[in-house]
Amino acid sequence: MMDLAPYLLLAGLEGLVMASVLMLTALGLSLVFGVMRVVNVAHGEFYMLGAVGAWACAQFVPGHPALAFCVALVVAPLLVGMLAYLADWAILKRINYDPEGTIVSTIGMLYIIQQLTLMSFGPDARAVDAPFYYTIRTPWFGYSSYKLFTVVMALVLVAGLWVMLKRSKWGLVMRATQFDRETAQNFGIPVNRVYSIVFAIGAMLAAIGGVLVVPNQQAHYLMGGDPLLLSFVVVIVGGLGSIPGTIAAAILIGMSDGLLSVFFSPTAAKIFSTLLVAFVLVFKPEGLFGRSNRV
Amino acid sequence: MTLHNGKLLALCVVTVIVLFVLQFVLPPYLTLALTRILILSVFAMGYNMLMGYTGLLSLGHAMFFAAGLYAAGLSTYYWGVTLPVAFLLGIIGAFAVSLVIGLLALRTQAVSFMIVTLMFAQAGYLMTLQFTSITGGDQGLTLPTDARSFGLFGFVVDMTSDTARFNLALLIFTVVLGVLFAITQGPLGRLFVAVRENEPRTQMLGFDTYAIKLTAFTVSGTISGTAGALYGLMFGYIGSSFAGFQNSIEALLYTLIGGPGTLLGPLLGTAVMTMLIDRLSGITTAYLIVIGVLLIVVNLWFPKGILGTIRDRWLGWLK
Repeated sequence: MMDLAPYLLLAGLEGLVMASVLMLTALGLSLVFGVMRVVNVAHGEFYMLGAVGAWACAQFVPGHPALAFCVALVVAPLLVGMLAYLADWAILKRINYDPEGTIVSTIGMLYIIQQLTLMSFGPDARAVDAPFYYTIRTPWFGYSSYKLFTVVMALVLVAGLWVMLKRSKWGLVMRATQFDRETAQNFGIPVNRVYSIVFAIGAMLAAIGGVLVVPNQQAHYLMGGDPLLLSFVVVIVGGLGSIPGTIAAAILIGMSDGLLSVFFSPTAAKIFSTLLVAFVLVFKPEGLFGRSNRV
Repeated sequence: MTLHNGKLLALCVVTVIVLFVLQFVLPPYLTLALTRILILSVFAMGYNMLMGYTGLLSLGHAMFFAAGLYAAGLSTYYWGVTLPVAFLLGIIGAFAVSLVIGLLALRTQAVSFMIVTLMFAQAGYLMTLQFTSITGGDQGLTLPTDARSFGLFGFVVDMTSDTARFNLALLIFTVVLGVLFAITQGPLGRLFVAVRENEPRTQMLGFDTYAIKLTAFTVSGTISGTAGALYGLMFGYIGSSFAGFQNSIEALLYTLIGGPGTLLGPLLGTAVMTMLIDRLSGITTAYLIVIGVLLIVVNLWFPKGILGTIRDRWLGWLK
């Protein structure tokens, strides 16, 4: 069994990196569902736009890759957030956030974003340089320090989001809207603006995930599918709209998907994930970790 | 049995006659296109049964189309069964899959129902890729030449002949249209609509709404699978792409455009959309963008579709 140790360590590390990016994208989806009670099927496309944005920054910002990376980390999420804000204003507000209509509309958005990226960015996968290269040595293999930096970044951002939600006035407003929309409105909370901002923040979290992941994985116009699926798994297993549940599920799913993909085929891992979502929704709709939710 | 809605029946008969005559008028290229439209509109009619009449929005009907396609295609590919038997196996396969998925998915509602059907369909799609050694995966399988024709009552029907294909597709289309007319315009159809309009009230009146929904779901899935079986056997090709998400979305879009909850809406929607997509795919590779734009636009401004709008404005019997 000695031979298994390096594999397990590698799979564990990869799982950790995956879990941290997944935590960001899934929290975006969870926040949108929690506050607005709608499912955003175009969430994976915001992630893809973040990755493509990081590639574009790498092309246009001269000098060290770290500079382009820092610019991308600010500019890409901001642009994606603006796009989401616009989409919310132009489409979702007009159908009054009808749950089924929102799914149909965001599927439409998925196709539009994907095809516009295909027309402009092209069909090829494109690599982006990591902001720094330093390999951490283990007795068996070298491991990219950038990947571990991703984990730290994700943790910092999630902690920031947590503090914002629990301590700031805006967090209070969001939680009030989530708890009871009508009462919140009666207390003078601009519910419509909260919705737009939450939708934008959700998209920005996905875009940050895309920026962080692109030095490890190339940018491609179809790359949004997998994170969308896995975010779904996380959000549904963790309990719709529950943030601690989402974080716990992201770690569980990220780790297990890494392990499953190492030991089985990636397709088998995905079959497992999709069936997990379906069966949890059928038999335990409040999620595996969540308490039963107010809907 | 009393005849409900004679006007609609007359319109259906006229539609079938017009379709039959079209093959003598249209150039071969368009007859072939019309064959595809007929089969895909059977798919959309199955979808409409659930989405339009019963009000359950599924995002996974490609799963039933593919169940019919693979059950029919694989049985003739590996066991060499004759095409009519394969077709029947396709229908049975789709029936079995839709019954099992229906039993599970109907425990959920609204958004959860959409996600559950989507996830089951994705799992099905991924399985066609996982078992590539059997299904041929993305590349798919081309049916051998001896599975391209069959004898029935002394006639030999050749699946490579455009005329045979068109008339067979029209025959199946007509049968399905007849079955759906009987269901939707009769008492069962009223129950479907009752569930769509107000499920708790239907329940209060003493009906088992779970059973009603399961019936609608199974009928819908079986008809979608019938279209799949027909498509696979007729064009001699089965592949993973038919099980993919886009196929589910196309059925949704055809139904939305034509008019959900109208008997002939899916035919109209399929015809409009396939002609549009055909034209556009000649111009740009990114033609899917049109599907995206239409999903949003129809949902925003035109939720009743073409025939649904006509029904609400002028012809109340068009349902």
